[in-house]
Amino acid sequence: MAFVLFGVLVISFVLIYIVPGDPVGAINPQAPPWLIEKIRREWGFDRPLYEQFTTYLWKLLHGDLGKSVMTTQPVTYDLIRFFPATIELATVSMIFAVAMGIPLGIISAVKKDTILDHFARIFAIFGISVPVYWLGVVMLIIFYYYLGWMPGPGRLDPYVTVPPRVTGFLLIDCLIAGRIDAFANALHHMIMPCFVLGMYGAAGIARMTRSTMLEVLRKEYIRTAKAKGLKQRVVITRHVLRNALIPTVTVIGVTYGGLLEGSILTETIFAWNGLGQYATRASLYLDFLPVMGVTLLVAVVYSLTNLLVDILYAYLDPRIRRG
Amino acid sequence: MSVFEDAKQKAQKLVDNWAKEHRYQIQDIKFTLHVWRRSTLSMIGLGIAIALVIVVILAPFISPYDPYELNIANRLTPPSWEHLCGTDQVGRDILSRIIHGSRISLMISVMVVGVSAFIGVILGLISGYFEGKIDEAIMRITDMFFAFPRLILAMAIAAAMGPSIGNTMLAIAFVSWPLYARLARAGVLQIKNETYIEAAESIGASHIRKMFLHILPMILHLILVQGTLDMGGVILTAAGLGFIGLGAQPPSPEWGIMVSQGRQYISAQWWVSTLPGMAIVITALGFNLLGDGLRDVLDVRMRR
Repeated sequence: MAFVLFGVLVISFVLIYIVPGDPVGAINPQAPPWLIEKIRREWGFDRPLYEQFTTYLWKLLHGDLGKSVMTTQPVTYDLIRFFPATIELATVSMIFAVAMGIPLGIISAVKKDTILDHFARIFAIFGISVPVYWLGVVMLIIFYYYLGWMPGPGRLDPYVTVPPRVTGFLLIDCLIAGRIDAFANALHHMIMPCFVLGMYGAAGIARMTRSTMLEVLRKEYIRTAKAKGLKQRVVITRHVLRNALIPTVTVIGVTYGGLLEGSILTETIFAWNGLGQYATRASLYLDFLPVMGVTLLVAVVYSLTNLLVDILYAYLDPRIRRG
Repeated sequence: MSVFEDAKQKAQKLVDNWAKEHRYQIQDIKFTLHVWRRSTLSMIGLGIAIALVIVVILAPFISPYDPYELNIANRLTPPSWEHLCGTDQVGRDILSRIIHGSRISLMISVMVVGVSAFIGVILGLISGYFEGKIDEAIMRITDMFFAFPRLILAMAIAAAMGPSIGNTMLAIAFVSWPLYARLARAGVLQIKNETYIEAAESIGASHIRKMFLHILPMILHLILVQGTLDMGGVILTAAGLGFIGLGAQPPSPEWGIMVSQGRQYISAQWWVSTLPGMAIVITALGFNLLGDGLRDVLDVRMRR
């Protein structure tokens, strides 16, 4: 894993720095040349690439990700500020995705080739074909502007005072402050973005659940279980699901990484002040240290989830544990 | 006359012989087509894909207006018979822009899938065929790419090189090839110990010949399915880059830009943003349905 992360670093660093983009010019196109020169020297942009890289690595080892030209804050500080919002969004979306995906996959497999199955499969294909930026806009139009059932973009209504920041996770902060009204409001604000993002995740989970369920349903021990006279419900929950859900765990792990990425676009639509918006703004300003920071952070989370999935896998499947 | 008849008979004989020699392959293809045709969803996907290609070819002839022509007096008019999809914030006909935008989307997806599949398959072939150190190296590199947040990397590349359609393609291709490399490698490992490969080797076939003539055709269907599914994904990603301002640039009638620009008007003028987005959805859906159907048909294990 360390090797992979180092590779991620090298590739992104080289790619980003090898091309002549100038953050100063991007932030203020009217900046005079002498000022650009001065800032470039100050920030070390005039050094050779390898020197910039080793400096970056050295600082990284000390927990310093550099400074953002755009916000003039240390990148680490910005990441801590914006990361919880994104994790919150992705995690709640993941809950949506699992809650939608697994039942759909089960129904689809048990009722194979019926109307229900077709419906579930079409839904799954829809889930991967509908871009979050479009679904988000459509949902805003219908449920916010026309029906008024859902709150607009943002994490809280403007009249709700924000609870003091403790963890950065809004839901948890609301609970800590004992603010049930703010908690309900924040939850209400989450429904649309999390549904939009969760739909994308549900598609993959439903497909995987369906195909592994079908595979397990063909096994001999399922026939035995049925022959013993067990009820369909018992066979499905005790015998099929337990085995079929193991590969689904992998997909859930991979999906989580996907949701972190999907949150980039979702955040833009729902004015969700998280990592995605931060990375987008930084890219537009050619301010690359933040982009590197975000890339690295997401890569770490991604690798950690994969590791966790591997461990969980061994726990769920005794055959692997023994092997 | 008789000369003509003679030639015809000879030709017929040749065709018959060929058909007889290849009867198993022909049977197989017929069966495949038969199974494929029965899958309604896949046919719908094929229909969408064909329709898209027709629109792309005929774009200048079927679009009712000039996609760049401004008409401020006529801005933000709702869909009507005159403007089937309405007009945007500067009075351009949205339908015409969607039709012209299809060219950008299809071009991006074909180029990206083509290039990344080409590079990925060659590296995957080499990796699976030779194994050992080369394999190790190539697979470690693909590992890295799998740990990458792909969209963020594509964003960074696109931003650094300057946002444009060409750089969008480069950025997406750069992050997409590892999937094909893995797929091709897995395919190669599965069949490289088959007897016919050994037979080819025993009559002195070179590595290149074995890789490209004996192994590649056997894994091509995997690549085809993945490529089709990827077309939809690439269209979404490219439009996503356009959406956040790091892809094609205005006034280009790129679908993602149109969705993004229309967002300012969603409180009252819903069509400006949603209709171009609908084009993205339909196209991606088409390719995904087609790819899904192809997989069911081409995956021998699943169809029997």
